[in-house]
Amino acid sequence: MSDQQQLVTIEIDGIPLQAERGAPLIDVADAAGITIPRFCYHKKLSVAANCRMCLVEVERVPKPLPACSTPVNDGMRVHTRSPMVLAAQKAVMEFLLINHPLDCPICDQGGECELQDVSMAFGGDVSRFRERKRVVRNKNLGPLVATDMTRCIHCTRCVRFGEEIAGERELGLIGRGENAEIGTFIEKTLTSELSGNIIDLCPVGALTSKPFRYLARTWEIQQFPGVAPHDAVGSNIYIHVKGDRVMRVVPRENEAVNEVWISDRDRFSYQGLYSEDRLQAPMIKQEGRWQSVDWETALIAAAAGLQHVVQNDGPDAIGALASPSATLEEFYLLQKVARGLGCHNVDHRLLAQDFRDQAHAPLFPWLGQSLAELGKADVILLVGSNCRKEQPLINHRIRQAVRRGARIFVLNPIDYPFNYPLTKRLIANPKEMITHLAGIAKALNPKDPSAEAIGIPPNASPKEVEREIAEALRTGARCVILLGDIATAHPQAAHLRTLSAYIADHSESTLGTLTMGTNGAGAWIAGALPHRKAAGQNLETPGLDADTMIAQGRKGYVLLGVEPEIDCANSHLAAEAMINAEFVVSLTAYRTRPMEDYADILLPIALFAENTGTFVNAAGSWQSFASAVTPPGETRPAWKILRVLANLLDLNGFDYMDATQIRDELQVLVQNADSPEKKDRWRPEKLGEKVAEKTNDKQQLTRIGDMPIHAVDPLVRRAASLQKTPDAGEGVIRINSKLAGLLGIWEGESASAVQDGIEKTLPVVIDERVPDQCAWLPAGIPSSMGLGLRFGSIEISR
Amino acid sequence: MYYRIRHYVKSFSLWELLKGLNLTGHYLFAEKFTVRYPEEKAPQSPRFRGQHALRRYPDGEERCIACKLCEAVCPALAITIESGVREDGSRRTTRYDIDLVKCIFCGFCQEACPVDAIVESPIYEYFGNQRDDLLMTKERLLAVGETWQKKIDGNLAQDSKYR
Repeated sequence: MSDQQQLVTIEIDGIPLQAERGAPLIDVADAAGITIPRFCYHKKLSVAANCRMCLVEVERVPKPLPACSTPVNDGMRVHTRSPMVLAAQKAVMEFLLINHPLDCPICDQGGECELQDVSMAFGGDVSRFRERKRVVRNKNLGPLVATDMTRCIHCTRCVRFGEEIAGERELGLIGRGENAEIGTFIEKTLTSELSGNIIDLCPVGALTSKPFRYLARTWEIQQFPGVAPHDAVGSNIYIHVKGDRVMRVVPRENEAVNEVWISDRDRFSYQGLYSEDRLQAPMIKQEGRWQSVDWETALIAAAAGLQHVVQNDGPDAIGALASPSATLEEFYLLQKVARGLGCHNVDHRLLAQDFRDQAHAPLFPWLGQSLAELGKADVILLVGSNCRKEQPLINHRIRQAVRRGARIFVLNPIDYPFNYPLTKRLIANPKEMITHLAGIAKALNPKDPSAEAIGIPPNASPKEVEREIAEALRTGARCVILLGDIATAHPQAAHLRTLSAYIADHSESTLGTLTMGTNGAGAWIAGALPHRKAAGQNLETPGLDADTMIAQGRKGYVLLGVEPEIDCANSHLAAEAMINAEFVVSLTAYRTRPMEDYADILLPIALFAENTGTFVNAAGSWQSFASAVTPPGETRPAWKILRVLANLLDLNGFDYMDATQIRDELQVLVQNADSPEKKDRWRPEKLGEKVAEKTNDKQQLTRIGDMPIHAVDPLVRRAASLQKTPDAGEGVIRINSKLAGLLGIWEGESASAVQDGIEKTLPVVIDERVPDQCAWLPAGIPSSMGLGLRFGSIEISR
Repeated sequence: MYYRIRHYVKSFSLWELLKGLNLTGHYLFAEKFTVRYPEEKAPQSPRFRGQHALRRYPDGEERCIACKLCEAVCPALAITIESGVREDGSRRTTRYDIDLVKCIFCGFCQEACPVDAIVESPIYEYFGNQRDDLLMTKERLLAVGETWQKKIDGNLAQDSKYR
C-alpha cells in the first residue's frame, strides 16, 4: 500500500513534476497547468478513454497514449505538443467532426462549447469531408433537458453520470459504430433530481437547457456568484444574467458544499422570478379594494396597523411568521422588530408541530458533521426522510458513502425510492415510527433503567430488523443518524429527536438534522424563534410557536415570504387564522388570491438573485451572496423594508447601511454567546406529555402529507418547467390495496378526503408503498390546499 | 536679364489667363459627366453598402436564425437582437433592431452572417423625420428585403465569384 502513496518524478514537456504514483496523467498535467484537450474525461466521473482526444506521447512507448487512462510512473517523459501528438490530435478532431453538424450558429452551446474550443486550438482549418453526415433523431427527455442528438460525439459523460452520480441508468449508448446513439431506449422523461447536470457535462450542444433554449448567447451573459435558495446544502451557483434578467443558473464549484453539481430545483427555480403573479409595488387594501401605493404610504400604514394592534390588545397579539428560506439578515431584523414591539411570537418552523424540546435544543440543529464527512460514513440511519427528493445533494453524499460500502437503514412512513440499495427498511405508519425507534433504542441497551424516562417502554421487545439496525449502529465505525423533514414535521417530532439522541448516545453515532428550508440553521442563529433571542439566548417566558400562533389565532400577523395556506403544518387552520386576524401585513414576492382575501398590506420583497444576504447551511457554514439583478418594479429587499419599518415604529438600533452590517452584528453576538454549545446536537430529554390530537373514530386513518420536491417554497412552486416534471407532486390519494379493499375503492375512482370538516374529492391510486391505515396525500400542491394537518387523521370514503 | 524680359512679355500678353481659359474652354466643349440627380443616378458597385435588409429564402422563410453574430461583431453596437423558440421549434429572432443613427455602414454584419440574411442593400435614399424613423425593426428590414429582393440577389450573385 505504501508504494501507492509514493511520490514519483515525471517530466511533461520538459517540466519535472512530482506526482503520486498511479495518478492519472491528465490530472497531473492539469495541476501543473499544462493543457491537454479532452472530451470524455471528467474529474468526477470514471475514466472511459473513448474520445481519444487526450493522446500524448510517452517516451519509449511506440504509440500515443490517452492521458486520462495512463497512470504516472517514475521517470516517465511525456510530450503533449510533439509532432506525433499534434498529428494525433488533428486526426482525432477530424474524425469527431465527420458527423458533427456545422450548426454552431443555432446551437445553444455555441460560445461555451468544448468541441468549438478544442477544434480551434487543436483541429485542422479546412474540412476534407465531402460525404453526407448522419442524422440522429432527437429524444424527448422531458421539460428540463433539450436534445439535439445529431451533435453528440459519444463521450458518454451523461451515461456515466447517470450510473455513478444520479444512480439511475436513464441514458445509455445504443448501437455500435456509425449507428451508435445516446438514448433512453424507450422514450421517457428523466426522473433524476440531478438530471440538469448532464447539461453542464455535455461537451457539445447535444444536451442543453430547455427553459433557456435559444434565449441568449453565452457572450451576452454576465456571471454573478450566488447561493441556491432551496435546500439545506446552499449549493454554490453562478447566476447568468443578460441585461437585468436572470437567464439561467449553473453550478459554481465548491468541493466542500456541492462539489460540481446542483439539483434541478436549484438550477431551474429562477423561472419563478418572472412569474406573472409577481408583486411589483406595495399595495394596501382600502375598503376591500387593492390599491398600489408608494413605499412611504405603505410602510406608514403597516407601522400604524401594528401599533394599533399593540395598543388595543398588547404586543402578544402579534405573530410573526417567517419562511425558513429567508436570509439570516431578514430573520434577525424580523425578530428584532417583533421583540422591539415587546412580542416574542416569532417563528420560522412553519411545518413543525411538536416543540416540547425546544428549550434544550443546540444553538441550531445541524448535520452534526461536514458534508464530506457524511460521504465517508459507514452506517447511516435515515429517520423520516425522503432524502433523495428533499435534499438531493445530501443524498448524493450518502450515495458516495454507499459506494464506499456504507450500509443504509431507513425508517419512513412511505417506502420512498432511493438511488442506492438500502440494507433494511422499516416502513411504518407515522404513529409507529416512535415504536420502531424505541425498539432500536431498547435493542442497544436493554437494561437501561433511565430509558423509561425518555419514553422507551420497559416491556418493549425489539423486532428482528430493529435489532439488526441497533447491531449495525453499535458495530459500525462511523455511524450517522439523520432526521429528515418528515421527522421534523412529525406530530411527535420531539419524541423522535429524543429517541434518536438516545440511540446516538448509546451507539456513539453522529446525530444530524436536515435543516428546514434553505436557512433553517440561520433562523435559529438569528433568533427567529419564540423561545430564544439571537445567538441562542434563552428567554424566561417564551412566546408562542408557529403552531400555537396558528391554532390560537392572533390579532395581527407579520408574514415574511410565507404563504400560510400552503407553508404551514395545517393548511386549513392557517388560512382561517389569517382571515380572522384584524391586521395582516405580508412581505411577499407574489400576490396570491388567498393573500388578497386576508392581507391588509402587501409589501413586495426581493428573491434570491435580487437579494443580498447570508444563508447558513446544514453543515453550519455561513455563505453570503450579493444581488445579481435589480428587483422588478418597486420591489425591495426585505431587510431594507424591515429596517425602515422599525424606524417608523420608533425602534432603536436599526441604522444599518447595508446587509453586511447586520451580519457582522449577529456574528459578534454569536461569538460572544456562551450558551448553548455551538454546534452541539440534541440530547435525550424527558419530555412533557403532548396533548394528543382528538381521536374518536375507530377507523382512524393517518394522512402522510409530505412536501413534493418542487413545492417547498413560493419560488419553486412558480417555476413552470419544474412543475411539469413527474416530481411536481400529483393531486391523488394513494392508499394500499388492503385499505382500498376495506373502503371498497378501485384504482382510478374518486374518493373524498375529509380533514377538519373540509372535503376534497381526488382520484385514488393504489400504491403498495403506503403502510396500512395511511393515506398518502402530499401537501404544498393546489389539490390538497385547505385540508388539515399534514400528518393528522384523515377520513377517506367513496 | 532674359528672365525679366520674359516675365514682362508674359504679364502684358495675359498668357496665364489665356492658359487658364484654354483649360476651361476645353471642358466647355468636352463630354459632360455631371450626374443630374435625381433625374439621373450614378452607377453603383454591387458591393455598395446602403440601408440594411433582411432576406428570405425563395419559399418565403426568413433566413435569419438569431445566431447574433452580427450583433456581436457590430463595432457601433447598432444591432439589438432577442431570440426565442418559434412555434415550430426553430430558432428565430423575436426582435431585430438596427439603429441607423448608430450604424457606420462598415458591412461587418453581412460579412458575419452565416446564412446571408442581413445584407446592406443598394438603397441610399432614405431619411427620417424623427429618430424613430431610422430605427429599423425586423418588420421594416424584412419589407426592405422583399422590395429589393431582385436587386440584392443580383448584387450578391455578381459579387459571389470574388468570395
